[in-house]
Amino acid sequence: MEARTTINRRRALGLAAAALTASLGLAACGGSAAGTVGSSASSSTSLDLVGFAVIKSAYDELGTAFAATEAGKGVTLKGSYGASGAQSRAVIAGQKADIVAFSLTPDLDNVAKAGLVDPAWNAGPNKGIVSRSVVVIAVRKGNPKGIKGWADLVKPGVGIVTADPGTSGSAKWNLLAAYSQALGATKDEAAAKTYLGAFVKNVVSWNDSGRTATDAFTKGTGDALISYENEAIAARAAGVELDYIVPESTLLIENPGAVTKTAPAQAAAFLSFVTSTDGQKILGSKGFRPIDGAITVTDVKGANDPAKPFPAIATLTTVADLGGWSAVNKTFFDKDAGLVTLLRK
Amino acid sequence: MSAQVLEAAPPRRRPRPVSAGRLSAASGLGLGVSLLWLSLIVLLPIAAIVTTSFESGPTAFWHTVTSTEALGTVRLTVAAALLATVFNAVFGTLIAWVLVRDTFRGKRFIEVIIDIPFALPTIVAGLVLISLYGPQSPFGIDLVGTRRGVFLALLFVTLPFVVRSVQPVLIEMERDVEEAAASLGANGFTTFRRIILPTITPAILAGAALAFARALGEYGSVILISANLIGKTEVSSSFVLKKIEEGDAVAAAGVATLLLMVAVVVLVILDSLQRVAARRD
Amino acid sequence: MTETSTIAPTALTSPTSPIAPKRPTGRPATRWTLRLTAVGYVLALVALPVLTVGRRTFAHGLGPVLESLQNPDLISAARLGVVVALISVVINTVFGVGISFLLVRYRFPGRRLLNAVIDLPISISPVVVGIALILVYGRNGWFGGWLEGRGVQIIFATPALVLATVIVALPLVVREVIPVLEEAGTDQDQAAQSLGANARQRFLRITLPTIRWALAYGVVLSLARSLGEFGAVRVVSGSVPGQSQTPTLFVNDNYQEFGPVAEQAAFTAAFALMVVSVVFIIVIAWLRPKETN
Repeated sequence: MEARTTINRRRALGLAAAALTASLGLAACGGSAAGTVGSSASSSTSLDLVGFAVIKSAYDELGTAFAATEAGKGVTLKGSYGASGAQSRAVIAGQKADIVAFSLTPDLDNVAKAGLVDPAWNAGPNKGIVSRSVVVIAVRKGNPKGIKGWADLVKPGVGIVTADPGTSGSAKWNLLAAYSQALGATKDEAAAKTYLGAFVKNVVSWNDSGRTATDAFTKGTGDALISYENEAIAARAAGVELDYIVPESTLLIENPGAVTKTAPAQAAAFLSFVTSTDGQKILGSKGFRPIDGAITVTDVKGANDPAKPFPAIATLTTVADLGGWSAVNKTFFDKDAGLVTLLRK
Repeated sequence: MSAQVLEAAPPRRRPRPVSAGRLSAASGLGLGVSLLWLSLIVLLPIAAIVTTSFESGPTAFWHTVTSTEALGTVRLTVAAALLATVFNAVFGTLIAWVLVRDTFRGKRFIEVIIDIPFALPTIVAGLVLISLYGPQSPFGIDLVGTRRGVFLALLFVTLPFVVRSVQPVLIEMERDVEEAAASLGANGFTTFRRIILPTITPAILAGAALAFARALGEYGSVILISANLIGKTEVSSSFVLKKIEEGDAVAAAGVATLLLMVAVVVLVILDSLQRVAARRD
Repeated sequence: MTETSTIAPTALTSPTSPIAPKRPTGRPATRWTLRLTAVGYVLALVALPVLTVGRRTFAHGLGPVLESLQNPDLISAARLGVVVALISVVINTVFGVGISFLLVRYRFPGRRLLNAVIDLPISISPVVVGIALILVYGRNGWFGGWLEGRGVQIIFATPALVLATVIVALPLVVREVIPVLEEAGTDQDQAAQSLGANARQRFLRITLPTIRWALAYGVVLSLARSLGEFGAVRVVSGSVPGQSQTPTLFVNDNYQEFGPVAEQAAFTAAFALMVVSVVFIIVIAWLRPKETN
């Protein structure tokens, strides 16, 4: 009895040891295999991209397209994606980055202030902006609650899903859009504040990032999701069942991108590619509005009308109209005295 | 906090007295290295948490942990953890009993299944739970964003603790006292209540302590089904993570310290209950 | 008095019964009620969800699953997971055995404290472990700046993953080895010493063989725990696919991506991890040190 159990145990230990050695061997082999695959004729460069949550699929394609160009030969793009604010803090805290692509300018400014990005990053003609979008309202397929615009969102019983401004860039765009559209032609701040209060009250789910917000919505929370137009389009392109409404009055979203001080030369080349016509066309196909109005994109999978994916907005507000990011961040999103913070109490 | 199990039944073999060896140069060095190692790995990180939580002063700490949201998460987490622990203490004992005292086909299968919640990576457990209790559930149940969902998740992950802590004690138990009681006319329930239960109570409490500590800090398995609804299903671990991502290390450390304190308090209570129970035997 | 701690290790075992013949207790009615309740509870709570995830994984047949298994990111993640787990297990084994030895064989001030400290990781949320690491080893943490000045990056790099998994699995080896060392006593050791064997020889020839099964058991437990860690690595890793994304992070990241491909990837990885866990359970059950007479 004892002998048999000892043999069983020995066998088990032998099995375990074999499994361990096998995995170690696999790990080692896999490592060297990847090494050989990675290096082409020229030496391969790896670019570390730290980006905001919703851009993975777009930048994966940008990376592949860039690698096919002369300037991008042998370059692989490795991306980390998450809530814009959190990602910005991560880079400042030491996460390696060659290229940073955030949801809003202040997140990149903070990285520049920390000395990791050239302070003149936004001195160029595009002001450092690499992609654009607008804030839209996404609803369940078929729009069961009949939501047609901002006004319907604050009706009783409507559950709004958004991201949390503490971590997410998307959240800030959403809340500013909600506020600015209520200003109306008369720039009625009181009315806008009232609207924002009602809006915040109807929020049932504050999420870590724009992506987790979409995720929560698709998995059943809430009735309406406020998000980027490109996110709604990307979701639909991937088969998620939702409809989206481009409101008549909404906010222009501008996403910045820059290279870090320690990045290899190919990083700047990649950024140029992103802002080039080819890059913008790729971004366009993923639902982003091109930064150059002259570039037209047709056949955008997932858009309401793939042939005319980016409808003109009747009243398009920008953050500059609201006073610029420094003022806006302080007035709305200050941790203790910001308007949104107070409304959420 | 070591949960101590004093062997209630007379052990088969008395453990030898620990040799009161004093440290030689070599072992002294070994001790030094080990202490340094443990400091770097455990003590310093914990010290950092506690220190950071009081960084802005004790009033700021108090203000943070008593904020509506923080308190809400702590209340929910403690309540759900307690409830799951109690449930699994009862059912765990029952299961241990059946596993030890009963024989039936498929018992080995059940033995393996019981260990699954402990061996599974927490995020995998989360996925497992959401496929049964989420929007695409084959039974049409949707508990995403509900407190019941959170409770079920904690129930799942804490299942093995009491079972595995009670089983060895039941196995070791000498049956002659029970048989004597039976021959004197005591029915099953009385025998259980007056003979078996006192013996296994320290083990139940030990297992419950582990279960509670685990449930209190659980993240991966709860995060998917809870949907993190503030004021409703947001658990403390998720709140702590959120605060760190917001760059608010003080708030994160504050709630983390609070959780640590709750865990310590409960473990101390359970530990003393254990001693009392063991002494009564 | 024996200071045994029934913590996680004993929570992952089906202990073996003594060889006495089993006589089911109680009346048949009670026996059946208890049996059905226990089995029903376990099946409903554990087996049912596990089956459901299996069903979901293979919902579209074997093809998509096999395809997902060839996902280069998943393979990288698996490689990273195994490497990190192995490193952390080796570290925990070396220090675990050493610490067990010290705790059992020697008396020194602070012994009880040391014992308690070892158990601490069990009571701490993995998320809190991650945060603690950032506070100490992050760039703006206690040591992070100093380390980074010397070119050592911890947070967002592999060392942080190793540290995190070392911490959460810390007690596992120690708690398995200590009871065995205590039971074994020092007679053999002292006899060998009187015969002239030095400390190293005594350790290798007498101590190690005594603890080898308990050690193996602890090692497999640590391996399982290290491979499956999520909360702590979620906090300290940048989760870059192909670089710092562990298998658990892979599951999480893909679950949040859109589309059937990502969902299949998430479920396939989760299912694979589940299979690996069950294999660990079986190996551990085999290795479980039996009660010796």
